[in-house]
Formats: sequence, structure tokens, C-alpha cells
Amino acid sequence: MEAFGLLLHGFAVLLTWKTLVLMMLGLVLGIFVGVLPGLGGPNGVAILLPLTFTMDPTSAIVMLSCIYWGALFGGAITSILFNIPGEAWSVATTFDGYPMAQQGRAAEALTAAFTSSFIGSLVAVLLITFLAPMISSFALKFGPPEFFAVYLLTFCSFVGLGREAKHKTVISMSLGLLLAGVGMDTVSGQLRMTFGSSELLRGINFLVAVIGLFGISEILLTMEERLALRGHAASISLRVVLGVWKDLPKYWVTLLRSSFIGCWLGITPGGAIAASFMGYNLAKRFSKDPESFGKGRIEGVFAPETAAHASGTAALLPMLALGIPGSGTAAILLGGLMVWGLNPGPLLFVEHKDFVWGLIASMYLGNVVGLVLVLTTVPIFASILRVPFAAVAPMIVVSCAIGAYAIQNAMFDIWLMLGFGVVGYVFKKIGIPLAPFTLALVLGNRAEDAFRLSMIGSGGTLKVFWSNGLVGSITTLAIVLLFWPLIDRVFTGLRRGLEAAHN
Amino acid sequence: MKAAMALAAALCGTPAYAAWEPTKPVEIVVAAGAGGASDQMARMMQAAIQKNSLMKQPIVVSLKGGASGAEALMYMKSSEGDPNKVLIAYSLIYMLPLSAKIPFNWRELTPVSVIALDQFVLWDNSAGPKTVKEFIDAAKASSAPFKMGGTGSKREDHVLTVFLEQKTGAKFSYLPYKSGGEAATQLVGNHTESNVNNPSENLEVWRAGQVRPLCVFDKERISYSGKVTDTQSWADIPTCKEEGVDVQYLMLRAMFLPGKVTPEQQAFYVDLFHKVTQTAEYKDYMEKQALKPIFLTGKDMVQFLEEDDAVNKSLMTDAGFVAK
Repeated sequence: MEAFGLLLHGFAVLLTWKTLVLMMLGLVLGIFVGVLPGLGGPNGVAILLPLTFTMDPTSAIVMLSCIYWGALFGGAITSILFNIPGEAWSVATTFDGYPMAQQGRAAEALTAAFTSSFIGSLVAVLLITFLAPMISSFALKFGPPEFFAVYLLTFCSFVGLGREAKHKTVISMSLGLLLAGVGMDTVSGQLRMTFGSSELLRGINFLVAVIGLFGISEILLTMEERLALRGHAASISLRVVLGVWKDLPKYWVTLLRSSFIGCWLGITPGGAIAASFMGYNLAKRFSKDPESFGKGRIEGVFAPETAAHASGTAALLPMLALGIPGSGTAAILLGGLMVWGLNPGPLLFVEHKDFVWGLIASMYLGNVVGLVLVLTTVPIFASILRVPFAAVAPMIVVSCAIGAYAIQNAMFDIWLMLGFGVVGYVFKKIGIPLAPFTLALVLGNRAEDAFRLSMIGSGGTLKVFWSNGLVGSITTLAIVLLFWPLIDRVFTGLRRGLEAAHN
Repeated sequence: MKAAMALAAALCGTPAYAAWEPTKPVEIVVAAGAGGASDQMARMMQAAIQKNSLMKQPIVVSLKGGASGAEALMYMKSSEGDPNKVLIAYSLIYMLPLSAKIPFNWRELTPVSVIALDQFVLWDNSAGPKTVKEFIDAAKASSAPFKMGGTGSKREDHVLTVFLEQKTGAKFSYLPYKSGGEAATQLVGNHTESNVNNPSENLEVWRAGQVRPLCVFDKERISYSGKVTDTQSWADIPTCKEEGVDVQYLMLRAMFLPGKVTPEQQAFYVDLFHKVTQTAEYKDYMEKQALKPIFLTGKDMVQFLEEDDAVNKSLMTDAGFVAK
């Protein structure tokens, strides 16, 4: 119960008018940067970081982390309304959120997204509060083979559990892996596929690709098909919110499963991105009606959002305890900590109790305040859909371009974004799923590095992936998931055979 | 206090060559990822400049760690004539063009000043061997080669590993991670047997008693004798030479402007970073991260760079890391 006492102390540190005002300010700014596609959390926090230099560390980090929460909430808005994910983990939210918005259920989808974000982060904060010391030692168990096993699990679950034709998933994933290889190879220190261009040196940025693949291609499709965003009838009232909340208990299994996946992948350093995809895929797998996913099912919003926020929150733990940021935004926060002389590491929890528990307390408060803030603004955001497409489309394209440019201040990235827009359009036309492509692009490099480091370490034997219980069970699970359709069929066949024998 | 600061600012700001000053926000370009040694140093300078009001324009840190830092080099190269960008450079300016054939030469940039020298220390897990000799013996006796973690491939850490092998006859498999922070946690988690991190990269895990410094790759011991852990200070770490392994390497931390800036612009930054080295933030940082303070500029700096370049080139050639 020591944690409980410390947490109360944290609240005491926090509950001053000044801190509360900063918190609100941070949340509003965060939602704002989250809504602009591409600007997102990392850039928002980076821009506002110097503002906090004159504050004391606790106020400063409270404000920055509230920008972070705000950006997380805000990211869902563009995913659902415009099919443009702001952060890597918002991609899965578009699968069902966008169709819902098109069916005129934008308010419902947004409410679902915000509520599940809240639940996911709440579970993760509880976990951080009570299990922090144990989790840090769990994260230390991850060496290259374990990392690779986790990435393999993500890839395999995609192929095995995906709805699309397997060969198309594999094609899409392979193309993503190919593009992930562009740039400097960390293991050999050599350049690959840059063809002498200094623009290609830094590789293909994931967010640039995502903005193009989802945002621009959507605009192209809309222009071709109907020149109007469907969503005029978005009914918006307290009733919608309460309606969604009333249905929540029905989805408790999904929420719990996604929270668990999110926490688990979040504390795995660098694993946060995979969480939302896995949450979505598993929800679909275990659903009685998997066919309805991707067509505007509310569970398809609950599942990835809960997992994404659980992991986004849990990812702060390896950052504080080990100095390894789990996401782009966490990386900027890490830089901020160092300015105030708070070096992340095992001793941070011992030497800077005020700070750490103030931060954890701010996660509770920030989440509650954030939820109220975004819910009250749902009508405003949903009403964007009522603006004629001809007016909204240019604004979306411009903000996409600004977002793509802002990531690395490179004009080249805008061309890249447009290129990916065309690729996304073509993929949608010929029915190749975009999600495996983006997943491979974001995890391909890390998976490759982890695999090659494992091979260097083990002297080239694959046995290293079964060398201890942890890595062995993850790898085995990955392979089971890969062949799941086959296994499923064999089992069903057996059961039928047995039943037939009985009769 | 405020009056004292204003006075100090007035004294420092004597308009000897106040002919030019930035009219736009200044960017400190970091050739590494978030949280690494370069990033920490850039943030320290950002805070030192803002807190002491050394410059009217705001200063921002921009991380350009893509392609192992090559992104930052090419960015500086393409910013010719832009006096609002300063690169915080380290030995990658010599090594990257050799190992990866990046079309970059530091002589195309405008040198401002060398502001510190960074140390390298041989670390092992605190559960591992206690001295260099025991460590080397254990490495030789081991059936599988010891795993040495480091940052990047064919760079400082990798070079040091190769020289450690040559001097001792022990074999290591070198695991290139993306950052020093990662190399540190991998050592704590026992996924590697050792690393050759900079002091700043392993400081926190050392203080937590999770890793042990075996020796420092310098001619002399680190000068700071304030206690870092309960029992040890930086000065308590023996040099590798004392321990019978004669390998030495120091890494520069230096500021560069893009090429083709005017002498007035260069002078402004020489003055600015000189003032930074006088601040409490800088001094505090140097001691905490066990850096060697140094301030070189003008001809001294160019001479230093030329000699350092030659040393690095011969090390890279001997290690076989120069791309054909």
C-alpha cells in the first residue's frame, strides 16, 4: 500500500490552481495539435517544450504530459472523420471508425473512441501505479531475440487472422518491408536503396507514407465516386454519448482483452505501435460475426483505441525507468526530462518521488479532465462533416502537406506523400489491404535489426528463438497464429468427424 | 540576483564584434536520436543560452539522427550560407564519409569551436568479472565469444572493440544498437556481456549499481573526484593502460556552421559558445557527465581537427572499416 500513499502525495503536489490551469491549457493545446493531421503529438510537444523551461519540473512535465494526452485523444478525431491517422497507433481506428462516420454515426464513433481511450489509459495507469518496480524488471528481459519474437507475432497475427486474402496481405507486407529497408542499415553501417540521393538517406518516414496512403488516396477516391463526404445526418447529443456508454458492458471482453494487450506491448520497449493492430485483429478473430468488421462496427473502434491508449500510457514506464521511449512523443518528453536534470533510469523513482508521483497523479487527473473536454467538443468536431466536400477537401490536402513537411522539414516528403496517395488509390482499387503495408513499414526495420542482432549473438542458429521460456512461447504463439486458419480447419474437421462418429 | 545577471550580461555583451546577430530562431542540429549524448548536450546549451539570456533570438533543438546521423551532415551541407543552423558534431564527421561513402567533408563547413572531449569506458554487468584482467580471461575462456554492445556499425564503439580484440587476443561479437541508451539497458538485462559507452550513457545504471566500469580509454584518469555512486567517483576508474590494455580514444564535441557564412557570423557564434562554456549549466554538465572541458577555436581548432581526422582515418583503415 506504499504506492497508494505515494499517489495521494502526488495528488497533493498537483492540486494547486496553477497546476490545474496548466493542465487544462496543455489538454486543449494537445487536442488542437492532435487534430491537425501529421502535426500530431511529437511535433506539438517539441514546439511547446521550450515554453516550459522557466517552470518548475513538476508543473512543466504535467503540462507536457497533458499535451500528450490531448494529442492522443485528438488523433482519433482525424482518423474517424477523414480516414487520416495522426499517429502510428491510430491506423487501426480508421478501419471501422471511418465507415461509421460515413454512415452518419460519427458522433457515436468519436464517443466510442474517447471512452475506450479513457478506459485503456486508466487500466495502464493502475498498472503503473501498483506494479512499476516489477514491470521495469520484466522489460529488462527483452534482448534481440525477444524483440524479434514480438514483431514476428504481430506480423503473423496479421497474416493468420486477417480478413483479406492471404496472398494479398503477404504482397502488401512484403512491399512495406522492402521500403522499410531504404536508408542506412544500422547493422552493417551501409546505405541501401538510396541510389545516391541524399533525400532518401533518412529512409521513408512512416507518417509521410500514412498521410498519403490513407488521407490523400481517400480524397482521390471521394472525388472519383461522389464528391461528397457522407455524414450529414450526424446526430449529436448527450443521448448518443449515454447510448454508447449504456452498451459498454456488452463489450467488456473486448475492452479487457485490448487493455491487456496494450499494457503488455506497451511495457515491451518499442512495442506500443503493434498493440492497436493486435487488439483489432484479436477482437475480429473472437467475434461471432467477423464479417461485419471493417464495415462500421463499434467494437472495431473500441478494440484498437483501448489497446493503443493502454500501450501509449504503459510506454511511459520504460521511458521513466529505463530511458527507452516507446513512441515519438515519449522520445521528446524524454529530452524534456533531461533539461530539468531528471535523468530517466532506475533511480528516478527513488530520488525524485515528488516528480514521478506527481506525473502519475497527473495521468489520472489529465485523463478524466481530457475525457470531459473532448466529449463536450464532439458536436463541434462532428459538425465538420457537414461542411461541403468541395470546401473541406482542399483544407485536408493542405493540412496533410503541412503535416508531411513538418515531420522532417523536407519538401521531398510532400512529393513522397503525393506518391503514396496514388499508391494507396491503386491498392484500394485492386483490393490490396493497406494496413499490412504500413505495419511492415513501421516495424520492418526494427524486426530486421532484432533478427540480425539475434543471429550475431547466437552465432547464426535459429535455436535462439526457443532459448528460454519467454521468447520460446512468443515465437510458438506467432507460428500458431500464422497457421491459424489451417489449424482451425483441422480442428473443425476433427470435431465434425467425431460428431459424425457419435451419430 | 537579477541585477547581478544583468550586469554579467552587460559585461559579456561588450560590442567588440556585435556587428551581426541572428534575426531568426537558431537551430542546434543534432546528428543523433532523442536522449543520446548529443541531444542531452544540445538541450543543456539551449537551457544555458535561454536562462542566461545569451542571445535575443530563441534557440531550438532539431533532431536529425536519420541514417546514423548522415541526415544531419547532409542537411548542414545543403544549408550553405545559412547562419541560423549550428551542428553539434562528434567523430561521425570523420568516420561516416569513410565507412558509408557519404559525400561529405567537414572542411566544407565553417568550424566554430571545440567545446568538449568525451571519454569512453569499458563496462560490464555488475554481476560479471571485477577487473579488466578477469574480464579478458573470462572472454578468452568462454566457448561463445563475449557480446559487446555499442552504437552503430563501423563507428567509435566498433573501432574500440576491434582494438580491444587486437591488443588482448580475446574475441567479441559486436552488436550494433541504435543508441547508447539501448546498449546500456541491454547490458543491464544481461543480453550482452559488456559495452564501451560514454560516461553519460551509462551514468544512471552505474549509480543504480547495475553495471561496473572496468577502465577508461584515455592516457590519464578522469579528473572528477566527487562521489557518483555510494563508494566510487569517476576518478576511481583506472585507465585501460594501467590495467595492461593500451587502447586510447577521445571523441570531440564541436560546433560547426554551414559553409560560406561571413566572418562576422562565425565570430558571433565563437563568442556565444565561449559564453556558454562559462555558464554554471555547462560546468555542471561537464562534471556530471564526466566530459573533458576544452575550448578551441580559429587556427587551433582547425589544427586539432586535421590531426584528429588523421588519427580516426588510420584507426578506421586498420580496423578495415573503410568502404572500397
